[in-house]
Amino acid sequence: MRFHDGSPFTADDVVFSFGRIRQPQGTMQIYVAGVSEVKKIDDYTVDFVLSGPNPILLRNIIDFRIMSKSWAEKNRSQNIQDYKAREETYASRNANGTGPYVLKGWEPDKQIVFTVNKSWWGKHDGNVSDFTYTPIKSDATRVSALLSGDVDMVTDLPTQDVERLRRNDELKIIDGPEVRTIFIGLDQHNDELLFSGVKGKNPFKDVRVRQALNMAVDREAIKRVTMRGLSIPAGLMVPPGVHGHSKELDQPWPYDLNGAKKRLAEAGYPNGFGFTLDCPNNRYVNDEKICQALVGMWARAGLSVKLNAMPFATFIPKILKHDTSAYMLGWGVSTFDALYTLQSLVRTQTTGADGSFNCGRVSDPKLDATIDAIKITTDLKKRDALLREALVATRDNAYYVPLHHQLRPWAMKKNVSTVHRADDRPEARFTRVD
Amino acid sequence: MTLVCVGAALAAPWIAPQDPFNSAALDLNQAFRPPAWLEGGTARYFLGSDDQGRDVLSAILHGARISLGVGLAAVCFALVLGVSLGLAAGYCGGWFDALVMRIADVQLSFPAILIALLIDGVARISLPAGAQDAIAVPVLIVAIGLSAWVQYARTVRGSTLVEKEKEYVQAARVIGRRPLAIMLVHVLPNVMGPVLVLGTIQIATAIITEATLSFLGVGLPPTRPSLGTLIRVGNDFLFSGEWWITVFPGVALVSVVLSVNLLGDWLRDALNPKLR
Repeated sequence: MRFHDGSPFTADDVVFSFGRIRQPQGTMQIYVAGVSEVKKIDDYTVDFVLSGPNPILLRNIIDFRIMSKSWAEKNRSQNIQDYKAREETYASRNANGTGPYVLKGWEPDKQIVFTVNKSWWGKHDGNVSDFTYTPIKSDATRVSALLSGDVDMVTDLPTQDVERLRRNDELKIIDGPEVRTIFIGLDQHNDELLFSGVKGKNPFKDVRVRQALNMAVDREAIKRVTMRGLSIPAGLMVPPGVHGHSKELDQPWPYDLNGAKKRLAEAGYPNGFGFTLDCPNNRYVNDEKICQALVGMWARAGLSVKLNAMPFATFIPKILKHDTSAYMLGWGVSTFDALYTLQSLVRTQTTGADGSFNCGRVSDPKLDATIDAIKITTDLKKRDALLREALVATRDNAYYVPLHHQLRPWAMKKNVSTVHRADDRPEARFTRVD
Repeated sequence: MTLVCVGAALAAPWIAPQDPFNSAALDLNQAFRPPAWLEGGTARYFLGSDDQGRDVLSAILHGARISLGVGLAAVCFALVLGVSLGLAAGYCGGWFDALVMRIADVQLSFPAILIALLIDGVARISLPAGAQDAIAVPVLIVAIGLSAWVQYARTVRGSTLVEKEKEYVQAARVIGRRPLAIMLVHVLPNVMGPVLVLGTIQIATAIITEATLSFLGVGLPPTRPSLGTLIRVGNDFLFSGEWWITVFPGVALVSVVLSVNLLGDWLRDALNPKLR
């Protein structure tokens, strides 16, 4: 097996990549959580030494990607870029993998061009030799590009156009869920809420306020109007298809405006208060529109929310620095196990994978203990009970405001066939153009 | 017609059925209502409602207010800048005249919209991200104003060159009035006629420039929508059948621009004895 630049894939690369992914400024440590060391045995053998029993190791290391040591050293990319400091390295815009397609060129915001890797070790299922990924910002332009035949496939469909595209004979739509939950995170750490009208205290530390925020959201209206039916209202922080999720647990907070007002009054805010909601405007399906709708819904409960919408590239460093009072985020589960979500979003933040995206700094010692137990419990029955306990505690303490799980139909020309993937990553090697 | 447009825009806060900026008044369950005369429409949302349940008619009234305001302010800014530079250049002549006119020539070789985009973009990057919404209006006014001053400067300079050779100016000079006083008191009133006509016609251009910038997403934010922003937001729903969200603001924009243009034409005819 060789990298795209021709260098051989060896154990040294795995050891190097393990050291790299664990660097404290990185955000992907979760994928090697529970692995204490990777040892080289010979050129083509490595040993993973675990810190304890790990029942989901193989699921978890799915996105632990191996980088070529020689390539990284040659291009001075041995260290991960620090997103918070908006740092860039050679590896930010270049890639050298072992996969079926080679990155030929990337012009940010314009296009990414790939060509087939003829010396790939695997077998191609599709017949695609080259493909170009073109980001098109405007909804209407993106759909027009598909209708006019400029592009063969669109994965980011504007929800309002799905029905009309379904009726088009020259196109086909494949439906499928995405394992991604959209939610609002709240700062539960600062003693005074940033960017807000409250002085000297942080209302989000009060469970009644967080419950009120949940109860004032009309998730069905968002589903029907903003998402045009393409969402599943959420109660849990993990979507269907993820181990730990069940329909019975995934009960959204019922929409109850008077209940919300009552809880706010009980918490000492009968006239509500003001805060700022940070929202990406180019990342999730209808992200900014959902945030606008939330501003309206919370306004009716007496909360005057200021919407601060920005591109994802500006948004992410801001929330990772905890420079926020409330934010919208979507969380996909590439390991298909709820531990991934619990550990990243709910576990108290430390330097490693624990709480790596816990941007509001939720901290519950009891829940931490449960999550730490899930990591090392191998008895599946016991583990499932712990998962359930942690998910329900997260829901009932309203540590987050889960909104919905996204559904993501893809549209393509009739002559294109591909496999819909729940992680929303279309793969050219599973794609045929006839 | 101009009076109706301007009057409606000015009175927006009182005559609009709904306050489109008050998020508590928006009801998501009332979103995407068609206009009143179509099936599913209600009189409450006479021209329909948008994706957030905002009344399109109210949004247009408020949007027209912002569009007209920005257009007027931008023209005033361009007028003051252009007239002062043109007057000074024409009266003083020499190197100052050459400098101002060369800058004007260079700027004239670019389309105005490009200049406005450039200034707008630079201003956005150099100002803090948090303040962008708050300063969007002044930035837009300055950007459009700076892109349009050239025409005033050239018009005024031309007239000034003619006027300053006339006897009354010579006389003022002879009795020893200072150049600034001569420029403002004697020359300026005599060159303002064409400028006022130009200004009226330019309001329409400024409104269109503002709408274009907002349509491209670099103008006013959706939280303070001008007509251009409304058209951009509604554009996403054109394909899916909710045409009223973008068509009515478009019709409103056309009416405003057309009426201001007609007013400018009439003013030109009225003020120009040769055309009478």
